[in-house]
Amino acid sequence: MSWISKTFTSSIGRKIIMSLSGLFLCTFLVVHLIGNLQLFKHDGGAAFNTYSHFMGTNPIIRTIEWGLVLGFGFHIYEALMLTRRNKAARGSQGYVSNHSEQNSEWTSRNMGILGTIILIFLIVHLYNFFWRARFAGDIPKMGGADPLTRDYDNLYMAVVDSFHIWWYVLLYVAAQISLGYHLWHGFRSGFQTLGLNHRKYTPAIKYIGYAFAVLVSAGFASMPLYFFLFTNAQGELAANASAVLQSVAAAF
Amino acid sequence: MQLDSKIPEGPLAEKWEKHKFNVKLVNPANKRKYDVIVVGTGLAGGAAAASLAELGYNVKAFTYHDSPRRAHSIAAQGGINAAKNYQNDGDSVFRLFYDTVKGGDYRAREANVYRLAQVSVNIIDQCVAQGVPFAREYGGLLANRSFGGAQVSRTFYARGQTGQQLLLGAYSALSRQIAYGKVKMYTRSEMLDVVIIDGQARGIVTRNLVTGEVETHSAHAVVLATGGYGNVFYLSTNAMYCNVTAAWRAHKKGAFFANPCFTQIHPTCIPVSGDYQSKLTLMSESLRNDGRVWVPKTVEMAERVRKGEIKPQDIAEDDRDYFLERKYPAFGNLVPRDVASRNAKMMCDEGRGVGSTGLAVYLDFSEIIKRTGADAVSQKYGNLFAMYEKITDEDPYKQPMRIYPAVHYTMGGLWVDYNLQTTVPGLYATGECNFSDHGANRLGASALMQGLADGYFVIPYTIGDYLAQTPPKPVNVDHPAFAEAKAGVQARTEQLLNIKGNRTPDDFHKILGHIMWEYCGMARTAEGLKYAKAEIQKLKKEFWSDVKVVGSGEEMNQALEKAGRVADFIELGELMVDDALNRNESCGGHFREEYQTPEGEALRDDENYAYVAAWEYQGENQPEKLNKEELTFENVKLTQRSYK
Amino acid sequence: MAGSNPNAKPMNLTLKVWRQPNRQAQGKIVDYQVKDISPDMSFLEMLDVLNEDLLRGGQDPVAFDHDCREGICGSCDLFINGRSHGPEKGTTTCQLHMRKFSDGDTITIEPWRASSFPVNKDLSVDRSAFDRIIQAGGYVSVNTGGAPDGNEIPIPKEISDRAFEAATCIGCGACVAACKNASAMLFVSAKVSQLALLPQGQVERKTRVENMVAQMDKEGFGACTNIGSCAAECPVGISLENIAILNREFLAAKASSNNLA
Repeated sequence: MSWISKTFTSSIGRKIIMSLSGLFLCTFLVVHLIGNLQLFKHDGGAAFNTYSHFMGTNPIIRTIEWGLVLGFGFHIYEALMLTRRNKAARGSQGYVSNHSEQNSEWTSRNMGILGTIILIFLIVHLYNFFWRARFAGDIPKMGGADPLTRDYDNLYMAVVDSFHIWWYVLLYVAAQISLGYHLWHGFRSGFQTLGLNHRKYTPAIKYIGYAFAVLVSAGFASMPLYFFLFTNAQGELAANASAVLQSVAAAF
Repeated sequence: MQLDSKIPEGPLAEKWEKHKFNVKLVNPANKRKYDVIVVGTGLAGGAAAASLAELGYNVKAFTYHDSPRRAHSIAAQGGINAAKNYQNDGDSVFRLFYDTVKGGDYRAREANVYRLAQVSVNIIDQCVAQGVPFAREYGGLLANRSFGGAQVSRTFYARGQTGQQLLLGAYSALSRQIAYGKVKMYTRSEMLDVVIIDGQARGIVTRNLVTGEVETHSAHAVVLATGGYGNVFYLSTNAMYCNVTAAWRAHKKGAFFANPCFTQIHPTCIPVSGDYQSKLTLMSESLRNDGRVWVPKTVEMAERVRKGEIKPQDIAEDDRDYFLERKYPAFGNLVPRDVASRNAKMMCDEGRGVGSTGLAVYLDFSEIIKRTGADAVSQKYGNLFAMYEKITDEDPYKQPMRIYPAVHYTMGGLWVDYNLQTTVPGLYATGECNFSDHGANRLGASALMQGLADGYFVIPYTIGDYLAQTPPKPVNVDHPAFAEAKAGVQARTEQLLNIKGNRTPDDFHKILGHIMWEYCGMARTAEGLKYAKAEIQKLKKEFWSDVKVVGSGEEMNQALEKAGRVADFIELGELMVDDALNRNESCGGHFREEYQTPEGEALRDDENYAYVAAWEYQGENQPEKLNKEELTFENVKLTQRSYK
Repeated sequence: MAGSNPNAKPMNLTLKVWRQPNRQAQGKIVDYQVKDISPDMSFLEMLDVLNEDLLRGGQDPVAFDHDCREGICGSCDLFINGRSHGPEKGTTTCQLHMRKFSDGDTITIEPWRASSFPVNKDLSVDRSAFDRIIQAGGYVSVNTGGAPDGNEIPIPKEISDRAFEAATCIGCGACVAACKNASAMLFVSAKVSQLALLPQGQVERKTRVENMVAQMDKEGFGACTNIGSCAAECPVGISLENIAILNREFLAAKASSNNLA
């Protein structure tokens, strides 16, 4: 075994891959979120579809996409390897009484469960949008007058349709809550694993991580909720939107 | 047998240098043909095993702990002395030597102590090189603090955990040699006998404490570094496993036991709180720098305190007796350990002790807290105050600590010559296990120094002298002496298991401890000692007919281990009493009430007792034979210690 | 008889203790009652009471590791009510006192659990894996005798203090016991940090961390997932910062050492 494979199959090496892939995926989340914010632009999906067409066809993005696949791949693979190692290390005889909740956070101990929920979501999500757009080709075209955009997939409508299915919205929101918790631990943990721990900066990293977790997960979750609650089947602001908004506000 | 201490000729300062030149050497290629057994892996044993392995010998190291890192050296708090004179305050090798001999009340061997002072400086260098994180000044150089019995600042320390850091240093050196294969480490192995072939120590018998298997191990020499025997008193600041068994078995095989009655009682320990108590915890000597020791002036007042009717902080200044300050105005609360301990006991004997048991005096910090503030006090003693609160549930910032003397260290041990060899050729004793350097009283921060001096810098030279005169032929464990010793160990185990009596080993240990503490503790009388001897003999008979151990010898059996150790403690206890009875003088930690000055201070008899009492085993239930090594003092003048 | 608090009431407790005759045997929880336990007792003294009762009754006492009983030797290793060394923060089992419990309590006592810490008997476990990790490189390779003067290399007080803090690890294994992953990284990192911080440790800085981590993995300890139970349960307060130092020492060593193996 070469020193490289030895390094990256060691316990710390695997952690480092987890950390690097995880932090890389964090940057993807930022890009994805910012791009998706165009869903909120009330232009019948023009901006969003242009954006998604660009993302789906630009050669640079398509190359980076492979990086993303590798990022997810490594993150998931290493998670499985580490879990297997760690389960073996713990041994077959567990504690009769274990109060780990008194010494650590729930989210830190349950990254695997959170990650699994996110993975299930990811499969559904990829099938629903990515697979259909890229491979199945069953997404209707935008149409319209503009010769530049009329052959673009109308991914916007696919989103709007999906976000009016209650169970889909539910899955989405649940997954975003999981993602939030996953990031709550994962963000700062990624820095710790890389050895980026310093008395001056670590507290800041910790709070940036918390803010990141909340913003990203709330940002993504707001999309299905917005379309489900406030828009009609065409993605236009529903007539009763303000009433719904008021009742939501009243609930708080 | 004529004791030959083998002190080299010549001026004191040149003895060790000359001796190192005169000892025979084993050539480097031959060293690997020699096996050396080291029993115990504390400071002395760990350092010896590592250093001998570095030289090239094949070392087999043994500990009854699960790891060599757990030896009780680890618990030493204060520091380690060395004559570095980094503080430019007039320290020197001679001054450290002088202070140690004087502190030991002139009952130590001059040449050994001088050598100890000489190598003390190398110890610090060695430990620093190992990465021991000693305390440092802001400039990056090593810091020192002051300790009792010295007027210079020569104590190196690592906060309150000096022993831990030094031990981990020795442990790391040992670990390195284990990795190299030069040390074979046997953990959870208790030495239960020495094997002697043709009058020379050639191996040991051990019991594997996990499987119960009795094993024999051979070597060309055996080094005992098995610590002190303070646990003969049941309650002491020693760790629970500390015992005399290895030394005692060696004693029964011919190694003389020297000055067994010299025990150090440390004045500032957390008092006993109940019958269940298993050990006592030391509060560092440094507390006496700022704490004031007192008891209520009257017995009536003390009575009310004991009943909980009044709190110490409510007792008026005029109703307090700061007895150390009153009796020793010059030294006040900073009198040496033996003096402080004895006076605390006197107060309690008068009925003025405090705490619900009446066996405690106050160590009061209210004045320093008032003067400098609680924060400043916390900076200095925070960890000790926290430990005190954890154990007693009392806050020493608000009410005075209760303290009482407790057994802490044993100056006595196996008799060794200048080479640290016992009276059995090939059998060496190092560290607290031997008797050599502290006389009748050990100064603070000197135990760590001696353990490491013996292990790193003395035994590697002196053992070579012996090995060079021993043929490098492997010692075969098939020799009948091994089988015989092994059978003896097995028979004893069987015997302990087959008594099937009614009382536990701890029951006997507690009774023994009580006898020793009452009659052979801080103050001793001929009458009391005679009574104690009879009681111990009775206890021994009862033990061997009524002790209860369940289970078998072929498994992990902690009660069986304990029973074996208590059996040896009982025999040792009797020898301590004999020794105390023989020594018709008071010196250091040995205070015979019959021999005191009109002011109640220890009265030495240099005319008749300036000797090491080395006891020779004569067989089961036979009185031991006293051998004397006369002590000659050519470099220090014997004076009466006075602290008034 | 209570020394500090004459009014403290003795307690009666139910103990659920893991009993296992030897490494190979199956173990199980056995219930015991102990009576008249003084609140001033240490936890181990309470177990002494149980053991004396058991021995008098002809039963096998509970085996457990302990020695100094002042919190420094690192021998004691009980998992009490689901926590390493019990409920009190920064405390070894031997310094845990019964006043932290109440009359009538049920206390579950188990050995450290980790496949690298096999049970010897009852509550006693084999922690020799820790020793082997130190043997892999937890030292500065200096022979006795050749050391330069202790003051030859000044070390900034701050560095020295940080090294000391890492060096205070008592090797008890509470970190492994508490960790969901049975990871030994807090233990390993304490030694790696201590020697990486000090000038004396520089010479072998790279090989040390490479070898110690390799041995740690070989012993079968888990990988750190930054949960933090270890530091929270550490009786001497070894900080998680050390694990970060370990990670970066490892990464730097792997990236720059000449070791191709």
